[in-house]
Amino acid sequence: MTIEELDQIAESVRAANAKFDYEVNVCMGTGCLSQHSDQLKDALAKEANAQGKNALIRRTGCMGLCAAGPLVLCDPDEILYQHVKADNAQQLVASLGGDPVRKLQCDLREHFDQQVHVVLENSGHIDPERIDDYIARDGYQALLKALIEMTPQEVIHEITEAGLRGRGGGGYPTGLKWSTVAKATGDFKYVICNGDEGDPGAFMDRSVLESDPQRVIEGMAIAAYAVGASKGFVYVRAEYPLAVARLTACLRDARRRGLLGNNICNTPFSFDVEIRLGAGAFVCGEETALIASIEGKRGQPKPRPPYPAVSGLWGKPTLINNVETFANVPPILRKGGKWFAGIGTEKSKGTKVFAITGKITNTGLVEVPMGMTLRKIIEGIGGGVPDGHAFKAVQTGGPSGGCIPAEHLDIPVSYESLIQMGSMMGSGGMIVMDDTSCMVNVARFFIEFCMTESCGKCIPCRAGTAQMFTLLTRICSGSGTMDDLELLVDLCGTIKETSLCGLGMTAPNPVLSTLKYFKNEYIDHIVHKRCPAGVCNIHAPAPEAASPFEVLA
Amino acid sequence: MSATSVDVKTLIIDGKEVSARAGQTILEVARENNIDIPTLCHLDGLGDVGACRMCLVEIKGLNKLLPACVATVEEGMEIATATERLKKHRKTILELLFAERNHICSVCVSNGHCELQTLAQQQGLTHVRLPYRNPQLPVDASHERFTLDHNRCILCTRCVRVCAEIEGAHIWDVMGRGIDCTIISDLHQPWGESACTRCGKCVQVCPTGALFDKSKIGSDHPKYPEFLPWLNLMRESQ
Repeated sequence: MTIEELDQIAESVRAANAKFDYEVNVCMGTGCLSQHSDQLKDALAKEANAQGKNALIRRTGCMGLCAAGPLVLCDPDEILYQHVKADNAQQLVASLGGDPVRKLQCDLREHFDQQVHVVLENSGHIDPERIDDYIARDGYQALLKALIEMTPQEVIHEITEAGLRGRGGGGYPTGLKWSTVAKATGDFKYVICNGDEGDPGAFMDRSVLESDPQRVIEGMAIAAYAVGASKGFVYVRAEYPLAVARLTACLRDARRRGLLGNNICNTPFSFDVEIRLGAGAFVCGEETALIASIEGKRGQPKPRPPYPAVSGLWGKPTLINNVETFANVPPILRKGGKWFAGIGTEKSKGTKVFAITGKITNTGLVEVPMGMTLRKIIEGIGGGVPDGHAFKAVQTGGPSGGCIPAEHLDIPVSYESLIQMGSMMGSGGMIVMDDTSCMVNVARFFIEFCMTESCGKCIPCRAGTAQMFTLLTRICSGSGTMDDLELLVDLCGTIKETSLCGLGMTAPNPVLSTLKYFKNEYIDHIVHKRCPAGVCNIHAPAPEAASPFEVLA
Repeated sequence: MSATSVDVKTLIIDGKEVSARAGQTILEVARENNIDIPTLCHLDGLGDVGACRMCLVEIKGLNKLLPACVATVEEGMEIATATERLKKHRKTILELLFAERNHICSVCVSNGHCELQTLAQQQGLTHVRLPYRNPQLPVDASHERFTLDHNRCILCTRCVRVCAEIEGAHIWDVMGRGIDCTIISDLHQPWGESACTRCGKCVQVCPTGALFDKSKIGSDHPKYPEFLPWLNLMRESQ
């Protein structure tokens, strides 16, 4: 494969697409598929045939607005339809070239216009299982540019200049990580893509893998070239069957096109990728535990150092990055690090994909530039809290993150600002809560999650989270005391400082952040024996025994 | 033949200047210099896992606490092994252990010879503030010589490591997640029906009364894990 051949493929796809008068994109991500968008697509194809419309009916990945699925995007007029059923196919096809179907039309300008799509630029526009679709949208240009025109050092320099930071949660500078692995001595190196997305309410990685898997593979290949690796693994959860299927198809096509395998594009660079399925353990998202899992061992973290960059998979230097991090790599190489560094804030560059869930009107996937305020994301793009309820808090960073209350909604989203608020960026889950949520109960939910997902290796996390859960359960049931609360805070300190891996170190965050901003709710539960949100089942305190004097009288 | 140069590091532990070879762990160097760092999952002669968190030490300039059993020395490190912060954490970890399962010293075979008990005494643990979990756990007495009492297990995985690394049988492993973790033999078979070689190493290295010799019930049951470094030494010289 050469650049000319790549351009030829792109050209032929564009020419083939130009033959159609209309393009009808049907979202077939997990969300829309669960509402039978596959049947919808078949119905649309049948209808187009019957009505003699020259339309390309295309299966695509996630369009973002999962709450309004199944979604259909009709080009060239760019009309988005929501809640489309197979029954609407006839109407929809008939409207092509004419007036849009008003009752199905989704008019959410505010939702889409404020987003900046870098990672999701192809999501909803290409067929994820057709490599040629990806190539037609500049796919693999970055890899070929790196292989033919750039040295590995130049690639790393470009990434460093872009200021890209790890999107898995920690925010470690990607360029620095790459250069560490590149400098590590070893005859064999590995690249691992961490797709073990386990945070409750997070589905960014899943959507990227389902909608645009080639981009992740291209990112991995570029990384492998930069650090000198020749073998890659994508570690993805078995709970994401669609992502696994599309990834498998994508790897097969990439090999067929000669974009993976030996001597890629007639260069000395060889690289191939294998898929490894995770069995659903949250802790396997931690890099050392993930490596243990790939090695076939019990998925437990190891103390670092040594870091995987020095001694990782099977003791070899290993580069491990998140799905979204790799997905950012091709556009950076195509458009340059400077372009990327121009988006975002001083220390947090680029965009971030968030999965907004919970009590929010527009549940779904959004991509915004770093530095946008939480208010803009939640009230603007997210459409605010539905049913007239009042916004109470937003949980970012999953079980490792914290709750941010309404008074801090105007902070810009960046790695630093969220940590300052006692939360963290995490992988990008955002759970919005309204006044019907009890914050003590929310903290209890996340601690329960950490307790059941703890691997059990180190004592603070194994026994500490279980003790925290017991204490929180007491408080929720109304039998807690102020001593329990003190003990809880004390435990938080020890677990945070002494746990072996990130799971334990961040497990107390939900408790600490709710205590910081919603201490009155804890006090209400403990002292006044009532749950302000009416969630916890606290039995009304027994009426005070009548005074003995009254009895005598 | 010229003598190979040894990379020497100098560092400070608890205000004392010490020297060490590159690659040595903080724990090794501290013990060579008679500085005691409490440990539980560590045992001389076994690979380290850094799981019990008792040996955490403070390093100047580093916010994170590092486990002394796996962290290696570096030039100019300033290490504190017994600050108030560390003592508090160690006590809390011990409390967590005592509250986790059923540790009742007065009826335990290892009373007086138990590392957990000794450590609690050393650290001045007088009471447990946390609610006891009192789990209902089984006792595996299916083996003809030994017994495994899960109630006293602290999941240090010394038995798992000695069986895999030294004996080479690997009959022990950990099952389950988090608070439900349990030591199992083979694929969760009774110990007596497992591929156990009956060497008894696991019993000797067990820090508590979780693994004990049936013939010692009702009598003193000291354990002798000191054989391990010697065994390793003899194997290396062969």
